[in-house]
Amino acid sequence: MSEKKETSSYSGTDRLNGQTAGDTRREDAPVLKIERMSISFTQYDRGMHQTSLPVIRDLDVEVQAGEMVAVVGSSGSGKSLLAHGVMGVLPYNAAMGGRITYCGEELTKERIEKLRGREIVLVPQSIAYLNPLMKIGPQIRRGNKAAEAREKLRGIFNRYELDEGVEALYPFELSGGMNRRVLISTALMEEPKLVIADEPTPGLDLAVAKRAMSHFRELADMGAGVLVITHDLELALEVADRIAVFYAGTTIEEAPVQDFEHEETLRHPYTKALWRAMPRHGFQYIEGTQPYVKNLPAGCSFAPRCPHRGEACGKEMDYRMVRGGKVRCVRAE
Amino acid sequence: MELEIKNVFYRYTSKGRWILKNFSLSMDNTERVGITAPSGYGKTTLCQLLSGYLKPDQGEILLDGHPLASYKGYCPVQMVWQQPEFAVNPRLRLGEAIKEGDEIEERVIRGLGLEPDWFGRFPAELSGGELQRFSIARALGKRTRFLIADEISTMLDLITQSQIWHFLMDEVEKRQIGLIAVSHNPELIDRVCTRKIDLRLFDEK
Repeated sequence: MSEKKETSSYSGTDRLNGQTAGDTRREDAPVLKIERMSISFTQYDRGMHQTSLPVIRDLDVEVQAGEMVAVVGSSGSGKSLLAHGVMGVLPYNAAMGGRITYCGEELTKERIEKLRGREIVLVPQSIAYLNPLMKIGPQIRRGNKAAEAREKLRGIFNRYELDEGVEALYPFELSGGMNRRVLISTALMEEPKLVIADEPTPGLDLAVAKRAMSHFRELADMGAGVLVITHDLELALEVADRIAVFYAGTTIEEAPVQDFEHEETLRHPYTKALWRAMPRHGFQYIEGTQPYVKNLPAGCSFAPRCPHRGEACGKEMDYRMVRGGKVRCVRAE
Repeated sequence: MELEIKNVFYRYTSKGRWILKNFSLSMDNTERVGITAPSGYGKTTLCQLLSGYLKPDQGEILLDGHPLASYKGYCPVQMVWQQPEFAVNPRLRLGEAIKEGDEIEERVIRGLGLEPDWFGRFPAELSGGELQRFSIARALGKRTRFLIADEISTMLDLITQSQIWHFLMDEVEKRQIGLIAVSHNPELIDRVCTRKIDLRLFDEK
């Protein structure tokens, strides 16, 4: 523990909205706004030749207070890097471009280092991110032995139906469902305004996965901005307010969740193809796979698989507003 | 050909709770059977018993009337696991690992979209979805008569999920391979299977 933060007692809904005196942030600004984010990795190719691998490019996404936004993309597509980029924990050989603002002010390296773990929290993919040699209780309290901290943790554990004995367990002794709840508890020890959850439901059965997602929904309902990164569109549709669809390193559509009720209200041909691939909507598929970042086509990255492709698809795509959502397709209207 | 599980009892520890208690099921190689149940009802245990990874405490598992354990060499019942990361040898390049299968045909490799350059790579260099497609190909060897698919598409995006299931339905139909599909998604089971079984109905609790 480097700095000690004032710990306020747990008091329900309004605790997430308190602003400290002299704060210059704008109330109405989105909690998180990412504009044209790009992340690339430097790799050694042959011998000393270095190549740059652009894993994320031109990514835009925005989260308002009290809102839950899901970034949905297939696994292995690099979408976790989005979370690591915001938190400032990218590996040394990664470079990030674009602009990230938090509550209306640019989120610089210095700022994120101050805010992360306090106002901005990341709930990681698995307990592999916890210290395996430290018991759960002290680990979540981050070594804080004060009575208030203990009491606060009790309150949080109660809420997630974790009994007192769990505090004395080591991470490996937890069951799959308990894992999720323990990881979420780490976020609640502070007063987060922004919660980023990276793939919170891998390998969980439907009932447990829904419950894990609903815990994040509650955080949004308490006033925090919540960004969930997941591969499971069907699950995201049940809890999120907005969905951003991630394809080949960028977001190609951002739409309110209601737009997913019908195919016609969606905008991008890839999103429509996802919709038709759901077992309940016909279980149809389109040919091909997502292009690997090394050999992306010029212009629209979905064009090679798109039934409507034309000449205009070879040009740079703008991310534009269409019918209250955003889309990266020249033909959408 | 018939795969039969007869009055099987199974538990992990000698005094533990029975995961499967007097469970019976039989299917032939033209069927596609879907299995659903919440976690903890023994879906994966059943898959492991059927494909010979576990031995029942009581009861028997028969393939064409003979105990499964009496088949030597390549097992005609092949299982694809939920987490492919743990189902491939991390020290083998995929070009070597594919040989663990039984003469995998080019058609299967193409049908599942396996790229030629994957075969020079180690498992850690592929994504979960890519490894899963590899594992499915490896299980579709020449002598495979039954395929057990345990939550094989949970980590895939919807389009890839649909692609793979369409390929598999086609393949098992053509080669008359019996399929058991385990999934938490009842809508998926409805699309894929010819018959459904809910393990909860076998539970006496």
